[in-house]
Amino acid sequence: MISQGIASSLTVEISFWVISISTILSAIAVVQIKDLFRASLFLILTFLGVAGLFILLGAEFLAGIQLMIYVGAISVLIIFAILMTREIEISNQSHYMRILVSMVALGFMLLAISLITSTDWNLIDSRSFPQNQTDEIIATVQNSIPTLSKMLLTEYVLAFEMVGVLLLAAVLGALALVREKK
Amino acid sequence: MTLERFLIIGAILFSIGLYGVLSKKHSIAVLMSLELMFNGINVTAVALSRYTVPYLLTTHSGEKVVQYLLTGQIFTIFIITVAAAEVALGLAIIIAIYRTHQSVLLTDSNQLKN
Repeated sequence: MISQGIASSLTVEISFWVISISTILSAIAVVQIKDLFRASLFLILTFLGVAGLFILLGAEFLAGIQLMIYVGAISVLIIFAILMTREIEISNQSHYMRILVSMVALGFMLLAISLITSTDWNLIDSRSFPQNQTDEIIATVQNSIPTLSKMLLTEYVLAFEMVGVLLLAAVLGALALVREKK
Repeated sequence: MTLERFLIIGAILFSIGLYGVLSKKHSIAVLMSLELMFNGINVTAVALSRYTVPYLLTTHSGEKVVQYLLTGQIFTIFIITVAAAEVALGLAIIIAIYRTHQSVLLTDSNQLKN
């Protein structure tokens, strides 16, 4: 019932697989490519793929945020820093504990996947709600922005303000750190 | 299967980022892998908020579900904002270290060792 909307049409399935496979492949390329500059370009591709996943999950506002902040701002910052520090030729190498670390990461991934597949999730589709709540839930899933803005400015307003203060502090701190000493 | 596959993608992204954070020498590469971990967590949070409801609602069935439905998306907004602040500060620190040491490799920043 609730899962109508973006459920399972063939286009959604195909775009899910294309987006997820390209996201994971470019994420692997970020940690494997020797040239750090090219690795940062693949990082942008990963961000774009994650924005596509957000759209598939019905979070269009977050997809826009992802495009503006990650693709627009953070990747430009990273590329600037790579170009300013001029050690692209030393680049993206790993240190000697690489095998051990890859075993740890692989073990973590297998543990997480086994936990995910063995958990009995409290799915919203399998629950029954009163009829007026079901209508509200369907409306929220299909268009999440009104509820999201309402929650941001009522229930989470303290965290919202604190995040603003944090951003101001980060801007001032970054300016103070990189300023040339006279 | 629809929830699990998004969660699995999030776990894979997080693990790739974990490998990068623990194994890279270049500090900017470590920051990039950290961003991969953040993205994996964001995918997980959004997928959970799309497909599940909090466990407390099963016991307090009188409350409205819509208020709690988008908690994962709210958390994702805060995670993205904190990640932006963290990247700005991290890159500033890296540039400051590069000015004093002429190196951005993490293995070269070892003054505390001796």
